[in-house]
Amino acid sequence: MRRDVSVYEELPPERVALVDLLDRLLAGGVVVTGDLVLSIADVDLVHISLRTVLASVDEYGGIL
Amino acid sequence: MPDLTYLYAVARESLSCPSGVAGNPVRTIARAGLVAYVSSVPAELFGAEPLRRSLEDLDWLGETARAHHRVVDAVAAVTTTAPVRLVTVYEDDAQVAELLERRSVAFGDVLAHVTGRREWGVKAYTSPAAAAAQAADPDHADQRGGARTCGGDGQAGRPGTAYLQRRRAGLRGREQVRRQVLQRADHIHRALSALAAAGRRHRPQDPRLSGRHDWMLLNGAYLVDEARAGEFAALAGELGGDGVEIRVTGPWAPYSFTVMEPA
Repeated sequence: MRRDVSVYEELPPERVALVDLLDRLLAGGVVVTGDLVLSIADVDLVHISLRTVLASVDEYGGIL
Repeated sequence: MPDLTYLYAVARESLSCPSGVAGNPVRTIARAGLVAYVSSVPAELFGAEPLRRSLEDLDWLGETARAHHRVVDAVAAVTTTAPVRLVTVYEDDAQVAELLERRSVAFGDVLAHVTGRREWGVKAYTSPAAAAAQAADPDHADQRGGARTCGGDGQAGRPGTAYLQRRRAGLRGREQVRRQVLQRADHIHRALSALAAAGRRHRPQDPRLSGRHDWMLLNGAYLVDEARAGEFAALAGELGGDGVEIRVTGPWAPYSFTVMEPA
């Protein structure tokens, strides 16, 4: 059986792909409610940001 | 307009950190045996309305996400840490201190759950061609019954029927590929979750975002005991092959495993 290479990536924060970061920073993390001015938990910002990123992907392809 | 207080993470130890969002220094607020990592942010930029507009700006979003991650990562590298979701902003430090007191039990539970563990990301990809090749492999042909494909006999000279049969066979083939790919992803996720303390699946990344045009079968996050990290990486590698490529990222702060129930 052929084994495809599994690639291990341990990158400094500034080189982590934005798309990988957003998976975690938007979907996870403690959600602390009450007295908040704004938390990403309050709105479907995943959607907003993806729309933004998609609209800009050609321009910003380099950093993704 | 007074500054607002941006919250990054909650831990039990006070450490010095890199600068945070908007380039401001990070400080700590200690209360109820907990330590909150915060920085001041200008209300002109981080109030509800300006923030909604800023989040539409990819440069701003990228910069803020990286600054947030830099702080969380620095704390999590040294001590047990509960990361807080991106852009969690309070009116002032007093509100954060009050939060630590009010939710100290819940924070304690979250911190206990992630103690001695790190998060690992595992993504599995296949290409449509590789998936189709696997589905066509005789070893995997369990779903294709010869009896149903009653082509040939007596059908010659009826091109309409032949066309419909080819079309049905094509649809069945695609459905079969899709089903096998989903089963493979479920299998990988179950195997990794069995070794991990916890596992969850993030939505597959859009190829336009990730820049990869292969199919992402799995975008998983796993909370793994530090002592089992090597074993986990080895297992992840073994679950690849046969046209499936596995990519492992980490260790991450336990972002995907610190979700707390609302008070």
